[in-house]
Amino acid sequence: MSGTFRKALLGTAFLCALNAGSAWADTIKVGVIAPFSGPFATVGQTFKQAIEVYQAQHGKTVAGNTVEFVYKDLDQANPAQSKALAQELVVKEKVGYLAGFFFTPDALAVAPLIDEANIPCVIFNAATSAITEKSPRYVRTSFTLWQNTVPLAEHVAKQGIRKVATAVSDYGPGIDGETAFKQTFEKSGGKVVDSIRMPLKSTDFAPFMQRIKDSGAEAIYAFLPAGPTTLGFARAFSDTGLKAAGIRFFGPGDITQEPDLPVLGDAAVGITTTFNYSQAHDSDLNRQFLAKHKELFGSSDIVTFTSVGAYDGAHVIYRMVEATGGKSDGAKAVAAVKGMAWESPRGPVRIDPESRHVTQTIYLRVTERKDGRLQNTEVAGFPDQPDYGFKAGK
Amino acid sequence: METLFGIVVDGVAYGMILFIISVGLSVTLGLMRVVNLAHGAFAMVAGYVASYAAQGLGLPYAVGLVAAILFTVLATLPLEKLLYRRIYGSANELAQVLLTIGLTFVIVAGINYLFGPTLKRIPLPDALLGTVAIGPKSIPVHRAFVIALGAATVLGLWWLLERTDFGIKLRAAVDDPNMAAALGIRTERLYTATFALGTGLAALGGVLGAELLPLEPYYAIRYIVLFLAVVAVGGAGNILGSAAAALALGIVDTAGKYLIPSFGEFFFYAALILILFRWPHGFFQGRAA
Repeated sequence: MSGTFRKALLGTAFLCALNAGSAWADTIKVGVIAPFSGPFATVGQTFKQAIEVYQAQHGKTVAGNTVEFVYKDLDQANPAQSKALAQELVVKEKVGYLAGFFFTPDALAVAPLIDEANIPCVIFNAATSAITEKSPRYVRTSFTLWQNTVPLAEHVAKQGIRKVATAVSDYGPGIDGETAFKQTFEKSGGKVVDSIRMPLKSTDFAPFMQRIKDSGAEAIYAFLPAGPTTLGFARAFSDTGLKAAGIRFFGPGDITQEPDLPVLGDAAVGITTTFNYSQAHDSDLNRQFLAKHKELFGSSDIVTFTSVGAYDGAHVIYRMVEATGGKSDGAKAVAAVKGMAWESPRGPVRIDPESRHVTQTIYLRVTERKDGRLQNTEVAGFPDQPDYGFKAGK
Repeated sequence: METLFGIVVDGVAYGMILFIISVGLSVTLGLMRVVNLAHGAFAMVAGYVASYAAQGLGLPYAVGLVAAILFTVLATLPLEKLLYRRIYGSANELAQVLLTIGLTFVIVAGINYLFGPTLKRIPLPDALLGTVAIGPKSIPVHRAFVIALGAATVLGLWWLLERTDFGIKLRAAVDDPNMAAALGIRTERLYTATFALGTGLAALGGVLGAELLPLEPYYAIRYIVLFLAVVAVGGAGNILGSAAAALALGIVDTAGKYLIPSFGEFFFYAALILILFRWPHGFFQGRAA
């Protein structure tokens, strides 16, 4: 008993001695809400691993404050649960920042909460344009469908393609993508000959393929959320002979995200996408990022767009902590990162002061087999793309 | 006309895949009177085994298919002895539902732990790649293969249940287990064999259907509604009914998606409601119903 007591005393003394060097040091908690179990568990995994890579590279302290990430599992899109978890993080865990969010509805649900508590919320993924319109405390480091689609539609028009059919999953981001493509492409003189909205739960894509064939389109624009549906769609595209018939396949990069490529196999070869990040991005920073990832977790195969969203999100949070000196002040923290520019593993990026969304280079990529492995090879870049879908003052 | 033909061909192909996966459920539900919600999980396990056999061990497709069926049947037989035997005969449907859905969750978690949450695929042999033309419409060779196997399954099962000694004894055991036992039929053995048949069909469907219903740990929960819909429309335990139901639902769903895609799954469920309204026990009144 006395031995334990002595140890405890010693321990306390030791801790005091450690803390003496940084008398004002504090632990700042960041609550991350994301799917860590369930069908989308890989997303949470990529978030967490990217944050750990960032902390391994840049340390865990900023301006004398230790930054600690607290993870909360939200296994599927569930706005009520998202709000409850955020509340728990703010009230019980006393987090100074919220981050994460894979699905748009989950991100939107916390808007009243972050306004009331004056806490910044850094979105790592949720990609509907309308989100940052709902609260001045949202900052987003991922992408939007508008941002990816506008340069793609212009590129398709420049290829001399005149007739395109769009096929999107029937929900928020899909409709964003369809609208963005149609508006941009028809402005450039093309014509959208058929707009197909596919149910999110579709498993058989053969009827849609037949429709695309019958529409006489020279190319398709397709968006489906990454996962089982993209696999079915890409395979149906090649299996039903559309690929062989010379119809071109364009879409945002979710459809060929890196972890799915081995499963898609040769069906993915030749798909042209636009996206903000490819594992094959040619830069030293990206190579360092991947190398560190491999060192920490044994493999970098699952690194994808959600990884880089979280990595840059952590960077933004570090700058916010620096700017507020460790105190929790959402408005000041967000003001400090407006216009902030830095070099990310995906290339040069900047937080647009008005939309608080990341302005970045969108790359044109072609999926191809290189050294026996499928990859998204970047063939061109469209620099400084803003979120075209942001409507100020809404 | 060509469009109509295309819709029918695509619909039949989709329906046959639904049939192959669902018919096993129809067998366990109709003949064994067990609401086996773990049916999808058994199909998924077989798919993972085939995927591992092909990609991890480099075995040919046919060997992987057979291995997957054998493995799944052998792995689930102890479950039949330990668990299912206690819930035969629909004495307590709630217990059946709770046990089998619980089993599904265990299998989902196990697969997720062992293989991770990412998609898995079963590589097809060269002979099943490419397309084959049926009149003016071309469909993937793999689908034609599945249609042929589906047709063979219909005939084989019909023959097994209607024309063999096994079928006669099984029907007797289902209709009146006590009398059948008194006549010297070893009902327990029959039940084990029938359970193995149902599981084997699930496994066959899981492997063959993997191109359409991609393998991931939530497969077991994601698609069970589809399988139950086919069994409900076809009539439990009725082989020809299941085939007719799967084809009807497949064609309706395909036509709906082709003609008015934004209506989504409306046509599938509308057809389900209308058919059940007219034929509450399924197309052909099930023998066990």
